[in-house]
Amino acid sequence: MSVDLSQFIPSFLEESFEGLELMESSLLNLEQGDDETINSIFRAAHSIKGGAGTFGFNNVTEFTHLVETLLDEMRDGRRSIEQNDVEILLESVDCMRLLIEAIRDETQCDSNKIAETSVLLEKTLASGNSNTSSDNPEENSANPSVINPEDALSKWHITFIPEHHLVQTGNDPLFLFNALADLGDLTLVANCKELPALNDIDAEELYISWQLTLTSKANETEVREVFEWVEDECQLIITQEETVADVVDEQPEETEIPANEPAIIEQVANKSEEQISSAISTDKNSSASAAEKTGTKAKNDLGSIRVGVDKVDSLINLVGELVITQSMLSELGNDFDLSKVEKLNSGLEELLQNTKELQESVMRIRMLPISFAFNRFPRLVHDLSKKTGKEIELILKGEQTELDKTVMEQIGDPLVHLVRNAVDHGIEPAEARIAAGKSQKGTIILNAYHQGGSIVIEINDDGGGINRQAVFDKALEKGIVDENTTLTDTQVFDLIFEPGFSTAKELSDISGRGVGMDVVKKNIQSLGGRIQVESETGVGSTFRVNLPLTLAILDGQLVRVGSEIYIIPLITIVESLQPQKDLINRVSGDMVLYRLREDNVPVIPIYSLFNIASEFEDVESSLLVVVEDDGQKIGLMVDDLLAQQQVVIKSLNDNYQQVEGISGATILGDGSVAMILDIAGIISMAHKKSEMHQKHKRDLQYKATQQISEGANL
Amino acid sequence: MTKVLVVDDSNSIRDMVSFTLKSAGYETAEAKDGQDGLNKAKSAAFDLVISDVNMPNMDGIALCQELRKLPSFKFTPILMLTTESSGDMKMRGKAAGATGWLVKPFNPEKLLATIKRVVR
Amino acid sequence: MLAEEVPVEGEHSLEGIDFITSGEQYLAFLLGEEQYAIDILCVEEIRSWENPTQIPNSPNYIKGAINMRGIIVPIVDLRMKFNIGKATYTEITVVIVLTVETTDKTRTIGFVVDAVSDVLNVDKSEIKPAPAFGGCVPQNYLEGLVNSGDNVVTILNVKALQAVEPHQLS
Repeated sequence: MSVDLSQFIPSFLEESFEGLELMESSLLNLEQGDDETINSIFRAAHSIKGGAGTFGFNNVTEFTHLVETLLDEMRDGRRSIEQNDVEILLESVDCMRLLIEAIRDETQCDSNKIAETSVLLEKTLASGNSNTSSDNPEENSANPSVINPEDALSKWHITFIPEHHLVQTGNDPLFLFNALADLGDLTLVANCKELPALNDIDAEELYISWQLTLTSKANETEVREVFEWVEDECQLIITQEETVADVVDEQPEETEIPANEPAIIEQVANKSEEQISSAISTDKNSSASAAEKTGTKAKNDLGSIRVGVDKVDSLINLVGELVITQSMLSELGNDFDLSKVEKLNSGLEELLQNTKELQESVMRIRMLPISFAFNRFPRLVHDLSKKTGKEIELILKGEQTELDKTVMEQIGDPLVHLVRNAVDHGIEPAEARIAAGKSQKGTIILNAYHQGGSIVIEINDDGGGINRQAVFDKALEKGIVDENTTLTDTQVFDLIFEPGFSTAKELSDISGRGVGMDVVKKNIQSLGGRIQVESETGVGSTFRVNLPLTLAILDGQLVRVGSEIYIIPLITIVESLQPQKDLINRVSGDMVLYRLREDNVPVIPIYSLFNIASEFEDVESSLLVVVEDDGQKIGLMVDDLLAQQQVVIKSLNDNYQQVEGISGATILGDGSVAMILDIAGIISMAHKKSEMHQKHKRDLQYKATQQISEGANL
Repeated sequence: MTKVLVVDDSNSIRDMVSFTLKSAGYETAEAKDGQDGLNKAKSAAFDLVISDVNMPNMDGIALCQELRKLPSFKFTPILMLTTESSGDMKMRGKAAGATGWLVKPFNPEKLLATIKRVVR
Repeated sequence: MLAEEVPVEGEHSLEGIDFITSGEQYLAFLLGEEQYAIDILCVEEIRSWENPTQIPNSPNYIKGAINMRGIIVPIVDLRMKFNIGKATYTEITVVIVLTVETTDKTRTIGFVVDAVSDVLNVDKSEIKPAPAFGGCVPQNYLEGLVNSGDNVVTILNVKALQAVEPHQLS
């Protein structure tokens, strides 16, 4: 019977990733003499090694063995904990992670790095104490399994004389004989000579010895193995009945095991050299495509979610209530008459409540604390700190703030970029900080909290702030602005999100690698979020990212423009009104402003932005939906206000692409598709349109003046 | 029905050992560390204990020592799951009263064949 | 199945068509008077024309998007895209929904055609290269030509069809 354990591989992989995280965070915080921590790091490595061995992931086992050995020395006190060793161990954790990822994604991993780190580990071990080197050979000889070359039946005579207290160890000769009997045909004769008189028998002592005869295909090692646990507590004599092969066998038996050792060690040494050299040559090609493949596989891999039992219980309760409501309604329906209408209504109310609560509960299942995304940063900052030579402290706040799993998976990369940016461009080098009267150590704070229906993530640094002038100059250079453009500070800082923008004189290795702030902004926007930046020279900068708590559902206001139905996110709506003629003002040509209390709200004609036919083209006849985005209010011109309803957001990106002004689509009750408006996008579209219009006007004016002056010269 | 107590801090190892045993008709119970194992042992009878050595909250060796103090576990086979097959490990195990050891990485077939030495 | 025989009640699958299993199968359809064909393995569904929801500021040949079992599917009018014949919408106007897999994405897009005509069995050797000039359809969409009875059928490249051009702001 063969037992298939491959179903446990995913859980082993998951467990291993957790173990690696634990190892990493523990290593970062390791102090001298901290026994409990070093032990837990050891155990994590030990578990990974054990599991890997079970599934035959030998590269993991081999590598982890080195790591485990080093950790073992540390926990035993045979080696003191040096910072250098900790760095090597951190590198090793990276390697182990690469190896395990390779298994998960079914690809090759960068064996250069693994090989280098292995060598480093071996060197470290060698330079330490000498007791450690004996581990290796023992390990390999654990399974000698020398196979009986002839597969022929042999007859074994076994004399088994156990010591009296054998059973105290929990061993029982009966079971040993059962195990022997599994190897072939067994007969035995018991020798009860030692049995004392009934009165003198100690029930916990063994007085019997046996003569056994086993006819089996097994070899002596296998026969002896059955007794391995009681070897030291008995006399065991095994002889083989004479056969032709006997004379040859007899001799090498004694020396077999020790002789194998050096052979095995050599094999292992050769193998690893081979592995390294062949892997180096083949991997160069595969690593590039492998990297791509891992990327996509990791993205497409939906993975699994760990859900707290409390969330599941709450779900079960709610479903229970739903069932009760359903059966109540069902019963009502059985024998319905108009007198029961009130009961029906209250039943439907219940149903509404149940469904709402159930929906919220299910959404919460996908919510995970942001600590999952934050936990890569201590290591990242630690490494960057080393690389840049800047001393930086990372503070994490609000790690328990929950957000949707998918949002979290996608926000990771943008956050990494922002943190890298803070280290690289935000925090000044030590001398500059001291000169500015700041502490030498820079501080980066990552903070997450809920605000309304969103989650806010702030990345704050106490560095030198963004150089407003430099940004403006760069924008000038790129033609995004001209000398006469006056912008507020916020608007200038927003320029850094323009494509191709990088004011770093030399593109630093860390953050200037072509993955710009524009990509960060785009990624955040594609999640339905936004990013803003605040900065003060000499004090520092704060990047603030707003993300919706859930991606999937939206409370929307349906509106009609012409024959099209659009959905405006309810959360953005300030108010909807019928514009009063006297509050409408026209400014600088074609801009229409509506006076809403103290604000002058720009009016945006959707039909014009979307180039569709509208029932009403003038503000006076339309309805105005005043929405707010990022502190800015605008009034959307629509023909009619329809119902409010909750809609499920579907992406246009899957089969089409991002459409400006549209954040997604949904399916209405009648099965038709409706577009969901992206307020920020609409504002930006309106700006662009008006800018183009202005530019066009200026061009016309310029041409006209040209013509006039040419005419004048004639 | 032969009952086996499986003690290991690694979820996946525990699951695998348990699964292997169950598929061969054994009944199993699981514990995640030595202390948990001891508590479970005190509340039920077992025909065999399989325990990892390296665990938090009481390691395998200590668990073995504690179990041997319980009258119901005086003769119960206790097997240590270990990756080290050095003589040192053997000595420590025996000193604690262990019946034998199983070497990791464990092979399911080997596990089932080996435990035949101490249970039905 | 000939064009006139295609029942257009809602959607229907390709059951009932005789498949001979040598070579590759292509679904042939009409754009104007011309015959075109595409790899049948990409065909997810054939639907009758329904008015899609417009996508703002999209090129004129992108008619909008429809709901297909909860999925938002963009609709491209091939007659407009390639400027063949007249883009009219009648009872026999049909939308061929294709699902095409590329290295980084899988896209489902519906294409409006005048009618579906036949399933062709074509051996690779029968496919001749398309002429390098003339014709309304750009080179990159063409996989080749094949003869079917008296007609010449142009085989289109599905990967090129599903590639979406970047959205233009008008």
